[in-house]
Amino acid sequence: MSADMVSLIVKALGETVYMVTVSMAIATVFGIPLGVILHTTGKGEILENAAVAKIVGSTVNAIRSIPFIILMVAIIPLTRFIVGSAIGTTAAMVPLVIASVPFIGRQVETALKEVPYGLVEAALAMGATPLQIINRVLLPEAAPGIVSQLTTVVIALVGESAMAGAIGGGGLGDLAIRYGYQRFRPEVMIATVIILIILVQVVQFLGNTLAQKLNKRAGA
Amino acid sequence: MIEIKNLTKTYYGDTGPVAALKGINLTIATGEIYGIIGKSGAGKSTLIRCINMLEAPDGGQVIIDGKDMTALNAADLRSARKKIGMIFQHFNLLSSANVYDNIAFPLKLVGTDDTTVEKKVRPLLELVGLKDFAERYPAQLSGGQKQRVGIARALASDPNILLCDEATSALDPQTTKGVLELIGQINRQMHLTVVVITHEMQVIKDICDKVAVIDGGVIAESGSVVDVFTNPGQPITKEFISVLLSNDLPTAFRDGAVEQEYSPDSYLLLRLIFLGESADDPVIAGMIRAFPQIECTMLFGNLDQIRRIPFGRMIIGITGEQSALAAAMDYLKAHDLRMEVIGYVRRHGIVNR
Ligand SMILES: Nc1ncnc2c1ncn2[C@@H]1O[C@H](COP(=O)(O)OP(=O)(O)OP(=O)(O)O)[C@@H](O)[C@H]1O
Ligand SMILES: [Mg+2]
Repeated sequence: MSADMVSLIVKALGETVYMVTVSMAIATVFGIPLGVILHTTGKGEILENAAVAKIVGSTVNAIRSIPFIILMVAIIPLTRFIVGSAIGTTAAMVPLVIASVPFIGRQVETALKEVPYGLVEAALAMGATPLQIINRVLLPEAAPGIVSQLTTVVIALVGESAMAGAIGGGGLGDLAIRYGYQRFRPEVMIATVIILIILVQVVQFLGNTLAQKLNKRAGA
Repeated sequence: MIEIKNLTKTYYGDTGPVAALKGINLTIATGEIYGIIGKSGAGKSTLIRCINMLEAPDGGQVIIDGKDMTALNAADLRSARKKIGMIFQHFNLLSSANVYDNIAFPLKLVGTDDTTVEKKVRPLLELVGLKDFAERYPAQLSGGQKQRVGIARALASDPNILLCDEATSALDPQTTKGVLELIGQINRQMHLTVVVITHEMQVIKDICDKVAVIDGGVIAESGSVVDVFTNPGQPITKEFISVLLSNDLPTAFRDGAVEQEYSPDSYLLLRLIFLGESADDPVIAGMIRAFPQIECTMLFGNLDQIRRIPFGRMIIGITGEQSALAAAMDYLKAHDLRMEVIGYVRRHGIVNR
């Protein structure tokens, strides 16, 4: 493989990592509070609120039911409004974030459900406010679970970012389509696939390691 | 003082309404250890959780030192709860925090600075015997140690009341003993009012001053532990006590061999209970000396303690002339003991048992 091909792959990898990390960071900032709302407004939870739970829950479900490729196209006007263009790496991050926030919300909710209610109750008995319970009981106790769940989201993002790349977002997906497919360069295709596999393995490994480090429960 | 007045609570579950509490009245004096015993589903947990409003009652009042807990708004309830410690059957410790941070939790909630937290937590670690365990995580502790952390955490905010919901039910008998002793010690040292929920009479006997027996959401019987123990009024109470005392009547007499009528060749069986000082008195020896014409045989004897008060139980059989037996019974009645007539059994009933 030629040197310019290698530098193209390196550049594409950089774009993918950029898209994934920045969209993940932004999506997490919104997704974790969303997960907290989904969990705590549920029946028998500290901020039980049937109306909020219903509205937020169905909005999340609605967005999650749209296939990413359609979501990407459907929100082009919004993307254009936010970043001033519908094409490019930054523009690709808008649908990535929008698709990931509800995903993270549900994943965080799942992790929070694993926290035994007895811990919440103990905190209530000590006079903790709902916010204190969220910050000092639910989130720390669910941290290992949240990290594992977020790992799954990052891996999904790697895949979605490749799709976003195909419509001009750059990154490994873009490279694989343009060189590997349209210009019949199978070695580029193979190289991107291998890099994607390694990337996912690394993410999974880091996620597992961090989750394990945070887990102070028996057997950890 | 905790006054519980006409407290009611009904759960509306999937299988229809369950009346868990049907008008509970109880008064728990400051500084006493009050035990609440009942079978599974009797309403014990519901009752104790209504004291700090973890469960909102449907009706009635819970008045703590003059303040009606049922009438407080959310903020006032939170500050009232800070003065009520609670420990749980499954400990409910934060798995992500070490022992030190678990105990510090209630202090951190109110924004206590680190130096003050340290000054508070270290002696508590010492008190519960976990001085060298500060850095450990709950997963690295035994059940008894976890409950000690639970106790230290409950005490961190200097509460006036300690609520214990089946605090020793997940522990083995030896560990239970240690934890109960600790609770007793805290009660004496800190003059803390303690409410203990349990389904084991042993727990009541070991540390409680007063006891209430709850059955089907109502209080069946209540009073001082010594009174309830030595003179239970309700079948449910007797049942709880008999589990603990084991049925001490020899098996041969349990299945119907006991008669109510005197016959010359039978033994009169008497159950005797000695309490306090009288447990030391040689009453039986005295009776034998006073009535040489009767024969006495001892079928069961046991000396126990209820909160350090000696508590002796005995079953004797006496035989002789009917008038002599009556006189011996009068002799026993004249002494400081409680006597119950079990009935008459034939001699071979004892020999062949
Ligand atoms: N959240 C709930 N929803 C519906 N029913 C409940 C709920 N909590 C308790 N109950 C019912 O109320 C009754 C009293 O329950 P409670 O937990 O107070 O009993 P308990 O005496 O503590 O029993 P145990 O010894 O098993 O802990 C039971 O019949 C129980 O099934
Ligand atoms: Mg219970």
